[in-house]
Amino acid sequence: MASPETDRKAGAGGSICRPPTAADRLADRVFRGLTCAFAWLTLLLIGYIVWRIGGTALPAMKRLGIGFLTGTTWDPNQQKYGILPEIWGTLYSSLLALSIGGFFGVAIAIFLSEDFLPDRIRVVLKATVELLAAIPSVVYGLWGIYILIPMIRPLANWLHVHLGWLPFFSTSLTGPGMFPAALVLSIMILPTVAAISQDALGAIPARTREAAFGLGATRWETILRVLLPTASRGIFSALVLGFGRALGETMALAMLIGNSNRLTLSLFSPADTLAALLALNFPEASNLEVGVLMYAAVILLTITLLVNIAGEMIISFSARPGGGRS
Amino acid sequence: MKATPDFTRNLTEPRALKSFILSTLTVACTLLACVPLFSVLYVLVIRGGKRFSLELFTALPPTALDTGGGIGNAIVGTLVMVGIASLIAVPFGILAAIFLAEFGQDTRIATIARFSAKTMTGIPSILAGVFAYAAVVMVTGTYSAVAGGIALSLLMLPTVMLTAEESIRMVPRIMREAAVGMGCTPSQVMWKVTLPAAMPGMITGVMLAVARAAGETAPLLFTALFSDYWIFQGGAGDLMEPTASLAVLIYNFSGMPFENQIELAWAASLVLVLMVLFLNITSRLISQRKR
Repeated sequence: MASPETDRKAGAGGSICRPPTAADRLADRVFRGLTCAFAWLTLLLIGYIVWRIGGTALPAMKRLGIGFLTGTTWDPNQQKYGILPEIWGTLYSSLLALSIGGFFGVAIAIFLSEDFLPDRIRVVLKATVELLAAIPSVVYGLWGIYILIPMIRPLANWLHVHLGWLPFFSTSLTGPGMFPAALVLSIMILPTVAAISQDALGAIPARTREAAFGLGATRWETILRVLLPTASRGIFSALVLGFGRALGETMALAMLIGNSNRLTLSLFSPADTLAALLALNFPEASNLEVGVLMYAAVILLTITLLVNIAGEMIISFSARPGGGRS
Repeated sequence: MKATPDFTRNLTEPRALKSFILSTLTVACTLLACVPLFSVLYVLVIRGGKRFSLELFTALPPTALDTGGGIGNAIVGTLVMVGIASLIAVPFGILAAIFLAEFGQDTRIATIARFSAKTMTGIPSILAGVFAYAAVVMVTGTYSAVAGGIALSLLMLPTVMLTAEESIRMVPRIMREAAVGMGCTPSQVMWKVTLPAAMPGMITGVMLAVARAAGETAPLLFTALFSDYWIFQGGAGDLMEPTASLAVLIYNFSGMPFENQIELAWAASLVLVLMVLFLNITSRLISQRKR
């Protein structure tokens, strides 16, 4: 910059305004170019991530082919790899978590976006729910092992004894298993679902609500028949994004699900997920196994990307004017 | 016949009763959802609190049958790796955010970059670890603090970028126009007017990202691994060595059959949660004061 002090004094009538100097313009160009370069770099970075993971996985992909997705054994000694139980476990645990966390999340969103409470208490409750997401997942894992599992074991075993003929309760809960994992997972996705659903409910114009009240609807008739249908797209995308989060959650599951390679419907049996498989096997993997794990990572990446992109698309469609019903 | 209908709430009426029951249910749901948070905090204070002493912060982790011991090296390791991650993610994220919010607002590249950042927030954290393993550990041939930091920076980047963009956009248009009217170039407007005004929002974003990164375990498991020793020894530190972190320490110790280690896992969780909650609550206060 060419000495702004002298420039300012030279300016007409002591004015603090002056046109940019050549140096200013150059600095401007450089800075703008720099920001543009970093925006491009974001894209390159994502491309590089996909290329790098995909490239490392490629030999294993060629060798194992599509059979990797349908195989059910994982035995590094025999060079036999299959991740069907893990794919099943990932989807099953996430769906269970979504059905619990989704229900609670939407209920909380309704409770916090309608005028049930004075503002001050509402802010505190809202912050509390958001803080649920702040607890690191490894701490939830620890809590799950030593507090949650002992707590739900009697209930689980009662269900097994009395309703054991249902496939869901066909085993007893001895330690880690699908149900405690899904329960902790639901706690972790609940804040996501609640926050996005709240945004969707909050975006409904006040007159929609007033019109329903004016017709004589009770509070819950308004909520169930007017507000929820109006916000349905936002709530749906909240559920999709919550599902995406559940699919990729690693630590709590690695600690609670029992890491057992089996295909089961039982809620109390140990199982495994893709993310937990990676977390457990990576640290001690041989070079050959790393390629196979990368293949599993590619599968996980594909599933979560599809779910997340779907969720983001639904949000941006419903945010568009005229996109949501009003 | 009455002239005006009866407006008082009458719970014997089915519609009112249904409304009442549903309201009670939602209250119950909300309270029930808060239980885990308080349960976690309570257990942490009770079980982790009893190991709180100077030794916890200064000593190295104990070996299998040892008594005592601390988590000092894990605290240092977490701070170092989160520091490396911030050094990468904060400048990167903010520069890209400036482009997205101001210079290239509606260009196609900005739209795509924004969309990919949003998608990146949903990518499982373990995949950041898988990437850092492939790109750093396999190349350098060793587990290291740098690899861990790079993995964490990938998780911080989208948060930093999206919140910074949001807060730059929130700066009123008139302020920028006034600066342009005085003869500022767009970059000068950015540096002298917009960025200072957007600062509280950006700090909030950075703090939330740091809080998230500090608690992440999955990306560190096979990038930084773990170590029983200090990362800095005799004044010199080696960032290309396996490094301990609080999160991985909790994970490793939680599965051990020794009471001493499990107690330390609880104490480490308490330290970690206090750090994370402190960052979260402070950032909340900063963004509230702004309004």
